[in-house]
Amino acid sequence: MNKLTISLSPHIHSGGSISRCMWNVVIAMMPALAVAIWTFGLPALQVTLISVAACLATEWAVTRYMFHRPCTLANGSALITGILLAFNLPSILPWWMVIIGAIVAIGIGKMSFGGLGCNIWNPALVGRVFLLISFPAAMTTWPSGVQSAFDGATGSSQQANASTGATLLTHLNGGDTSMADYNFLDMAIGNMNGSLGEVGGIAILIGLAYLLLTRTVTWHIPVSMLGSAALFSWAFGGNPLLDLFAGGLLLGAVFMATDYVTSPMTRSGQLLFGFMIGFITIIIRRFGAYPEGVSFAILLMNSFVPLINKYMRPSVFGEKERRSLS
Amino acid sequence: MKKLESTLPNMILSLGIITVIAGALLGWMYSITKEPIEQQAQAQQQAAIAEVAPKFDNDPEAEKWETEIGGLPFTVYPARENGKLVGAAVKGETMNGFAGEIVVMCGFEADGTVKDYRVLRQAETPGLGTKMEMWFRDPAGARSVIGKNPDATSFYVTKDAGGEIDGITAATISSRAFLETLRNAFQAYKDFEKNQGK
Amino acid sequence: MKNYWKTLYNGIVPGNPVFVLLLGMCATLGTTSSAYNGLMMGVATAAVLVCSNVVISLIKNLVPDKVRIPAFIVVIASFVTVLQLVVNAWLPSLNASLGIFIPLIVVNCILLGRAEAFASKNGIFDSFLDGLGTGLGFTFALVLLGGVREILGTGMIFGAKIFPEDYGMLLFVLAPGAFIALGYLIAIVNKIRKTC
Repeated sequence: MNKLTISLSPHIHSGGSISRCMWNVVIAMMPALAVAIWTFGLPALQVTLISVAACLATEWAVTRYMFHRPCTLANGSALITGILLAFNLPSILPWWMVIIGAIVAIGIGKMSFGGLGCNIWNPALVGRVFLLISFPAAMTTWPSGVQSAFDGATGSSQQANASTGATLLTHLNGGDTSMADYNFLDMAIGNMNGSLGEVGGIAILIGLAYLLLTRTVTWHIPVSMLGSAALFSWAFGGNPLLDLFAGGLLLGAVFMATDYVTSPMTRSGQLLFGFMIGFITIIIRRFGAYPEGVSFAILLMNSFVPLINKYMRPSVFGEKERRSLS
Repeated sequence: MKKLESTLPNMILSLGIITVIAGALLGWMYSITKEPIEQQAQAQQQAAIAEVAPKFDNDPEAEKWETEIGGLPFTVYPARENGKLVGAAVKGETMNGFAGEIVVMCGFEADGTVKDYRVLRQAETPGLGTKMEMWFRDPAGARSVIGKNPDATSFYVTKDAGGEIDGITAATISSRAFLETLRNAFQAYKDFEKNQGK
Repeated sequence: MKNYWKTLYNGIVPGNPVFVLLLGMCATLGTTSSAYNGLMMGVATAAVLVCSNVVISLIKNLVPDKVRIPAFIVVIASFVTVLQLVVNAWLPSLNASLGIFIPLIVVNCILLGRAEAFASKNGIFDSFLDGLGTGLGFTFALVLLGGVREILGTGMIFGAKIFPEDYGMLLFVLAPGAFIALGYLIAIVNKIRKTC
């Protein structure tokens, strides 16, 4: 009966650390960033740099002057929040809104709760939703010059909205069902309108592959989330592929729902977490007032993570019956 | 003074006296505020009619004509000058706002051209749907409904097929609901004219 | 004299109903979309609070212990109804902006809390001062919260423009902004109280 081996020190350190995980995530985000810059041009890079700089500055200021703790910039978590926040913004957002979003993301979303590891909600999404509710017009105004995957199908409404390009989901939510002609290839390689990080479907999947290969994340959350979104999209009479590649579903599934701090610890918990996010996303897309629901869905399920962790706790080694919850 | 014991008669007596006094006080307050409250409601209504309707010398409220469109009540307050119909104020509502009910008082010229409007009641999102009071009288672009006739202009948002009014940015649902109310109010006015003609 | 001052002061800072006792949250979060609304709600609540405190202190010995809560509620509800009728009759614009929150003053726990904790045990003048102090503290908190939300949300304070409305963060006018602003205000007040 040798189930658990305990050896004496010295142990071999695997080399894993918080910063290594974080840097892996940063590397995984690079293809999507490249696609964003290719699609939207320099403004995309500008938004990303402003967002990252503001996130780093906020983190530094709070740790230095309010927490009086050593600097935590090197672990890379603020850098990731900065890039993720930029991924969730339109490329033509005014610079001061980007800075407000970054301050809210780090200041309210993360540092209010005590810093890395203590936050309930994904900081980048807190920043994004804050901006979305505060500046609804600016946050849903996309650059009009971008050649979009559905130009042919909706030429007339494109003209009517000449100053404000629209995303695919705006059309879906607006009851426009004439989407038969959308160019799927364009959507997959990033030739469409939307927030910075959500346009390059293939690039995000490359990032996911890298994360899986380096074992930075496991497959559970992305697969269950995308699977349930496709399932319910089909169940509500939509086009599953369209729902997967349009909007921020891939981005959310790969980079945001998988955030260590705000996702469940157990495998079964992660499956449930991903499944519910997919479900809520489709519900919001089909029946909600907002065209996109990924960020709300992830934030909602973030709130349930402590509960999921409690209910889906693995039984302690050697214990016969599961402990009662109280 | 010693505190009263919690015996049954004491309790009944004490509560009874308090309630009677409170009741009397409320009754008295009600009687003196009744008239001002009614006047307020009426003054508001009259002010809204006077603001949106063409100049009139009759009492539109005395001649009001009620109808129902889509299951919702619409009231037409005809405006006459020297006995001749010069237009009307129409109070109408919709339940399709972002937060449900929107009540609008809309004024029409004799031929049905929109003269002015007032949003009497709404609970739309602040900063978005609430802009409707100003937005649809803004001459910029195709926002304004004032001076347009629903017969000649399509009172739908430009996002919808054939629409000729610019909706409020990021508040399409509120804009649709508002325009729907205006269309129905126009319908109510036309119905009223038809009825009067007979 | 010093005691009177202490009674009055207690409600404003050390026992501030919003920032310290966290009472009356429904009205606090619901009505503070602007500084003006906060001020009016605070004044309305303070008026009811002073009246009910005085009356309850007056009748405290006539009310048997076992029925004191219903008796207090009747007193408070009467004053609230009077207030509502007055506002309806002579201040229609206030009625439009505060709406349902005026009748909801009845269930504001500050009123019953002060009645139970103070007015039913103290003299008339003390109760009057306590009601006034707590009312002022509540008004102060509501104006502060309403002001913060109005500035951040619309760029105005008491309707006067400070910066263009396009720069306002709409979230602060809406419900989530009330929670966020209140949380940070409480944190700041705690910090100040600790250092004092």
